[in-house]
Amino acid sequence: MVMKTLIIIPAYNEELSVARVIKEVQGLSAGYDIVVVDDGSSDRTREEAKRAGARVLQLPINLGIGGAMQTGFRYAVRRDYDCAVQVDGDGQHPANEIPRLVSVIAAGGADVAIGSRFLEKKGFQSTFSRRLGIRYFQFLHQVLARVRVTDSTSGFRALGRRALAIVDGYYPDEFPESESIVLFALRGLKIREVPVVMRGRQGGESSIRRLISLYYMFKVTLAIIFTYLRLRKGRI
Amino acid sequence: MRELLSMKIQIVSILVSLSFLFLIARLIVRGKIREEYSIVWLCLTMLLLVFSIWREGLNAVARWLGVFYPPSLVFMAAIFAITIFLVHLSIVVTRLQRQLKEAAQEIALLKAAEGPGRPE
Repeated sequence: MVMKTLIIIPAYNEELSVARVIKEVQGLSAGYDIVVVDDGSSDRTREEAKRAGARVLQLPINLGIGGAMQTGFRYAVRRDYDCAVQVDGDGQHPANEIPRLVSVIAAGGADVAIGSRFLEKKGFQSTFSRRLGIRYFQFLHQVLARVRVTDSTSGFRALGRRALAIVDGYYPDEFPESESIVLFALRGLKIREVPVVMRGRQGGESSIRRLISLYYMFKVTLAIIFTYLRLRKGRI
Repeated sequence: MRELLSMKIQIVSILVSLSFLFLIARLIVRGKIREEYSIVWLCLTMLLLVFSIWREGLNAVARWLGVFYPPSLVFMAAIFAITIFLVHLSIVVTRLQRQLKEAAQEIALLKAAEGPGRPE
């Protein structure tokens, strides 16, 4: 089956790296459609993306990574795509791994395919404290959602039609990666991790900086627990 | 003397309540606040007005509830009302944020639907 696949590149002030990410995706033989979601950048992200030949969804205000991704997902749903892949605009996600994620969806093996850098422990492994945090979320997911996800903060993921239908309706605004796993699992979607090799970021800043990492842990924990409670009552 | 003092505070509180009521009414008329957000304020002011005029009332209610010091009842009621109103505002802000997000997303999607290569 040929999957109509959309590559969504969320970008907030990534003028230095976004064009390179687009070029990499364009270099793949699969010929995926690309859409860059410019999350209200104040630099030349939009111009760089357009010049590289990508279609740009331009948000008039900064919504955060979740709101930006949902814009891309909604675009995919309206244009009837079978599969949407998130590839961050900072260059951490290597384009040559995209076909592996898509093939998992295409084969019907999963509704959500998550690229994990910890399954085979190759490439960029992040810092010790970050890995500790990821372990903690792995534990939360195992308890609440009964899924094992080794790299829950990974934004490198492919969503099939069923997953797209869900995120079209609801997707968390802030730090959505971990929370959405609970969302997917409790809605009965099949999640599969695929080993990938990631790089360190090529430019820009992580959305999870050190100063706010405590806030991150606290907020995401709350969000996971409340998403769990909400879904048990069938509210989403 | 005591009688005169409480007369004074009674007049002051009636005047304050009335001017607050007037202020809220004016804000609604001018469209600066929506009626739905002013209901709480209107009710609260009315209550204040009632107890300003009916002085014995506060004592009676306090006695009935077993509150030893009647004015503390006023503070408690006020703090309670303010807390409720703040929670209400949080709900409103959350809803506004969601609506704003959806509006922004729709703008981005509509702009894209106009097609590529259009002059900016």
